[in-house]
Amino acid sequence: MSVSIRLSYTVSSDDFTRAGEASSDVKGKLKKLGFSPDVVRRVAIVMYEGEINMVIHASGGKIEVTITEEEIEMRLMDTGPGIADIDMAMQEGYSTAPDAIRTLGFGAGMGLPNMKKYSDEMEIDTKIGVGTTVRMKVVTK
Amino acid sequence: MTVKEVCDTLNAKVICGQEHMDRDVHTACGSDMLSDVLAFVKDQSVLLTGLCNQQVIRTAEMMDIICIVFVRGKGPDRAMIDLASEQGIVILTTNHRMFSACGLLYEKGLRGGGSD
Ligand SMILES: Nc1ncnc2c1ncn2[C@@H]1O[C@H](COP(=O)(O)OP(=O)(O)O)[C@@H](O)[C@H]1O
Ligand SMILES: [Mg+2]
Repeated sequence: MSVSIRLSYTVSSDDFTRAGEASSDVKGKLKKLGFSPDVVRRVAIVMYEGEINMVIHASGGKIEVTITEEEIEMRLMDTGPGIADIDMAMQEGYSTAPDAIRTLGFGAGMGLPNMKKYSDEMEIDTKIGVGTTVRMKVVTK
Repeated sequence: MTVKEVCDTLNAKVICGQEHMDRDVHTACGSDMLSDVLAFVKDQSVLLTGLCNQQVIRTAEMMDIICIVFVRGKGPDRAMIDLASEQGIVILTTNHRMFSACGLLYEKGLRGGGSD
C-alpha cells in the first residue's frame, strides 16, 4: 500500500498570533492518521520552528507537506531576504531577530539547530534577495 | 505529582482545564524562550513561564505539554484560553515569581528530567 497525502498552506506574516496554525493542522492530521507520538511531535517541532522563521525573518510563504507511511516531508518556501551565511545561521545562539521578537519568546537562535536535531534530513536552499526554501524529512520507522 | 498538586503547591488559580486536574505530570520546564521549550522533549510536562502570548499555547500544543503555569500573576487573554481549552491544556496562574515557583515544585519532588 502506498498512500500519499499532500497538504499545502499559505503562511501570512501579518498576524504573529496566527503563526503556527499550519503546524497545528499537520500535527492534528498526523495524530488522527495514527503516527507514533514521537514522530508527530518531531514533525510538529521542526515545522513550527520553520513556520515561525518564515513569519519573523521572511514575510510569510508557502508550506507543502507530503505524508506517506514511511516519511513526512516538509517544504517551506519563502521569498524573504535569504540567509547570507548558512553555517553561521545553524549555530546555536546566532540570531538576527529584533528585540521585539525576543520579548515574544523567539529569537534565541535555537530554531535552525532544533530543526536539524529533530528532523532526519534537512536541506536549506537560499539566495540573497530571492528567498529561502527549507526541506525537512522525518522518517517514521 | 498531579496537576492539582501543582496548583495547590503554587497557590495557583485554574484558568481552564478544570476537568484535567487529576492528570499526572512527570517533568517541568521553566523558560521565557520558546525555542528552549521546543528543545525540551519530555513526556507529561508542566511549562512555567513569564511570557504571555498565543505562541506559548502553540508551543505547549506542539510539545504535548499538559499544563502551563503563568508566573507573576500573568493572565492569558480569551484567544489563548480558547486555544488551550481546545487542546486540553490546563492553564494556571500563580503570583509567585519564576524562581520561587520552580523551587516550590522542585521541593515537592518535581524534576527537569535532564541532568538536574
Ligand atoms: N526563512 C528565513 N529567511 C531569512 N533568514 C532566516 C530564515 N530562517 C532563519 N534565518 C536566519 O537564520 C538565523 C537563525 O535562525 P534560528 O536558528 O531559527 O534563530 P532565530 O529564529 O531565533 O533567530 C535567523 O536569526 C535569521 O538571520
Ligand atoms: Mg527561529
